[in-house]
Amino acid sequence: MEFDVNGRRMSAGAEPDMPLLWVLRDLLALTGTKYGCGIGACGACTVLIDGRAARSCVVTAREASGKIIRTIEGLGTGRLHPLQQAWIGHQVPQCGYCQSGMLMAALALLARNANPSDAEIDAAMTNICRCGTYPRVRAAIHAAAQAMRGSA
Amino acid sequence: MRRRGFLLGALGVGGALVVGWGVLPPRSRLGAHDTLPPLYGAVSLNGWVRIAPDGSVVVAVPRSEMGQGVYTALPMLVAEEMGVTLAQLRVEQAPIDAIYGNVALLVTGLPFHPDQENGELARASEWIVAKLARELDLQVTGGSTSVRDAWRPMREAGAAARAMLIAAAAQRWHAAPAQCSVADGVVRHLDGRKLALRELIGTLREVPLPGALRLKPAQEFTLIGKPAPRLDVPDKVTGRAQFGIDVRLPGMLYAALRACPTIGGMLRYVDPAPALALPGVVRVSTLAGAAGGAPAVAVVADGWWRAQRALQALHIEWDAGPNAEMSSDWLLARLRGALDAEDGFTFYRRGDGEAALVRAARRVEAEYRAPYLAHAALEPINCTARLANGRLSIWAPTQVPSIVRHVAARTAGIDADRVDVNVTLLGGGFGRRLEVDFVPQAVWLARDVAPAPVQLLWSREEDTTHDFYRPAAIARMKGGLDANGAPLAWVSKSASDAIVPQYLRRAYPALAADTPDKTTIEGLFDQPYEFPHRHFAHVTHRSPVPIGFWRSVGHSHNAFFCECFIDEMAYAARRDPLDFRRRLLARHARHRAVLELAAAKAQWGRVGPGRAHGIALHECFGSIVAQVAEVSLAQGEIRVHRVVCALDCGTAVNPEIVAQQMESAIVFGLTAALYGEITINAGRVEQQSFPQYPMLTLAGTPRIDTHLVPSDAPPGGVGEVATPPIAPAVANALFRLTGRRLRSLPLRLAA
Repeated sequence: MEFDVNGRRMSAGAEPDMPLLWVLRDLLALTGTKYGCGIGACGACTVLIDGRAARSCVVTAREASGKIIRTIEGLGTGRLHPLQQAWIGHQVPQCGYCQSGMLMAALALLARNANPSDAEIDAAMTNICRCGTYPRVRAAIHAAAQAMRGSA
Repeated sequence: MRRRGFLLGALGVGGALVVGWGVLPPRSRLGAHDTLPPLYGAVSLNGWVRIAPDGSVVVAVPRSEMGQGVYTALPMLVAEEMGVTLAQLRVEQAPIDAIYGNVALLVTGLPFHPDQENGELARASEWIVAKLARELDLQVTGGSTSVRDAWRPMREAGAAARAMLIAAAAQRWHAAPAQCSVADGVVRHLDGRKLALRELIGTLREVPLPGALRLKPAQEFTLIGKPAPRLDVPDKVTGRAQFGIDVRLPGMLYAALRACPTIGGMLRYVDPAPALALPGVVRVSTLAGAAGGAPAVAVVADGWWRAQRALQALHIEWDAGPNAEMSSDWLLARLRGALDAEDGFTFYRRGDGEAALVRAARRVEAEYRAPYLAHAALEPINCTARLANGRLSIWAPTQVPSIVRHVAARTAGIDADRVDVNVTLLGGGFGRRLEVDFVPQAVWLARDVAPAPVQLLWSREEDTTHDFYRPAAIARMKGGLDANGAPLAWVSKSASDAIVPQYLRRAYPALAADTPDKTTIEGLFDQPYEFPHRHFAHVTHRSPVPIGFWRSVGHSHNAFFCECFIDEMAYAARRDPLDFRRRLLARHARHRAVLELAAAKAQWGRVGPGRAHGIALHECFGSIVAQVAEVSLAQGEIRVHRVVCALDCGTAVNPEIVAQQMESAIVFGLTAALYGEITINAGRVEQQSFPQYPMLTLAGTPRIDTHLVPSDAPPGGVGEVATPPIAPAVANALFRLTGRRLRSLPLRLAA
């Protein structure tokens, strides 16, 4: 099966019902995307599919094939993305396990809303962070949004 | 129990060892040139510091990075004394060696009341335990002890390294050491000559370890006490950070497992054929339970999803065992029964509490309760193992590498020196990764597929249903006030299972003993409130439910019992809860300062309509914390808008990390206060995953403001201290808001 991941064509011997998460992790060696629950509840496996945030543990290989997939490894290649810079600036991560998914969810949010309000961030960012980095996630999204508007 | 037995049990490692060890030589924790494994082109200065060929300073960190920032805070201690910059630092995992044993952990585990801490008995047992910690290689990350334990040895390691840099430079320049200095990672001569660290590697090999060391006084610190960015953050925003589940080895296989769903049950029968018929499946293994693990069936395949799918194709027959009827109601009834029937062990007594209650003008009585809780670290339990060429290699996100090595060697039947333990980053620990139940499972699977490496990963459902839970607890409190509303007596009897004896049975069966366990009552008997008459006792009641250390351990529920009850007494005395506490702390200036800082920053009592403040103070892990929570109700739901957190943690090595940990621990405690409850039915844990065991998300997270009390005292703990006060702060605010006193966790207004 063929996959378009981070701008590259990749092929993997995936069964059609294999979740995209495991295609990425076990077949394509892209381990930045994490397993947390397998039922789409925690968001640790969030990637972008055709620009929208998707929980890759509940998307099958068949559904993902032929679509444009972006993972954490495709964020800020060469130069850090403004979201990553804001994440460093606000010292968001603690254990860091959920942060790939958090960043991809934030990327999808900013792609459709360049200046999200607190309520819009609340509604979009439903990922679980057991370390409780939420206040800094919120602050970093505002900072990245501002930086991206400034450079646009 | 007699005092002597109590003391030996209190040592937590068994009295026999204390006797057996005899007189131990005092031992330096500096280590030597050969403590760290050799690395080509590098030079080791002692057991904590080496200089790599490129001139970077590699610090050996013997604690696990699980989000709490030890991969930054501990190297900062070395850098401060060594005179190097944070940009020069790199972190490597320390090997297993006695110099890295966590002395602070065992010393703080002693069950002494603060009033007794300078007694002879206390000092004698601290001395013995400190020696034992060194001898036992207890490389443990827990108990908010990492910075406390490293505070002296890692600064000494940095000071020793600096002395050696100066000696090496002096030798090269044929100069006196007094003419040389180290700053910003460069060695300088008074005349302006400079040497980079990499230029000194050859000379440093000839320089002996220095003798006496001088540590900087606090006013000379340039790094300690200033916010600094974490060294681990860049890799955590790019996906490069390597957690346990990210280990990838040539030829590695993947395993999924299903453990017996009933606590104490056994495997009766499984036919492996349906799994073996599926693509990619290598084998089906049955695993006995060991080190606290339950019996399980595992499938090994060429990918984890295939292993998990094959597992679901199996029909496994379990023998439910002796606890098939066990339920949460039954457990609670038994715990209440024990509380009714037994006096328990008295951890602290002053005056005569019961007699004083009889003559009290006003009495307050209440029963408080807390449920079992799961850790729910986001990275599910996993472990990678390889048994090849007579060596066993383990890759694990663990808080206890030395215990992992011990248990892995025991399981494989080989010597510990043939076991390598590689500690990965931890996707959360919170005490769950103090356990080693998954280690025998991974070792058995590695043996079954040897020499191939195998990565065992539990599903979320296995992780939730096979945890070592925060014990359920219950406390009955009686308080007495005199005719003027002044506090007279406080009598508390609580009941729960005890973690330490259970843990020892799992990890060190030879040392297990049923002795009083401080974790059952910490946060209740050791708080500073001055009542003329006090009596704190605890009834330990064993149950089949596996229990373990959950962020802040006994403090997590005892602070709820303690701080809500103090609030109840304040209202009974018709005093403002802040004022009531302040008077009880007349002789405790440090506590009062923290309480008053939180109240001032929150503007105590000044809230908008429909909102209320609640306050709580707590001392734990060597620090003092106070929180004011601002709470309202929205359609019957509890809404926490803002938490003001004040902290006295002594020296804050990196205030940025301290603030992070306050936020982290508050969110963790608030999740438990609002949602956390593990229940048991038919001997099984009922909650499977996040939908049944919910977590606070961004939308429910309050604004959190942290304020530090300036201090140059030695550091206190940071990682756990802000979890205990949040539940009582919220409950106390709810009382002010609604007039209803919620005495059971999680906080539920309906019912």
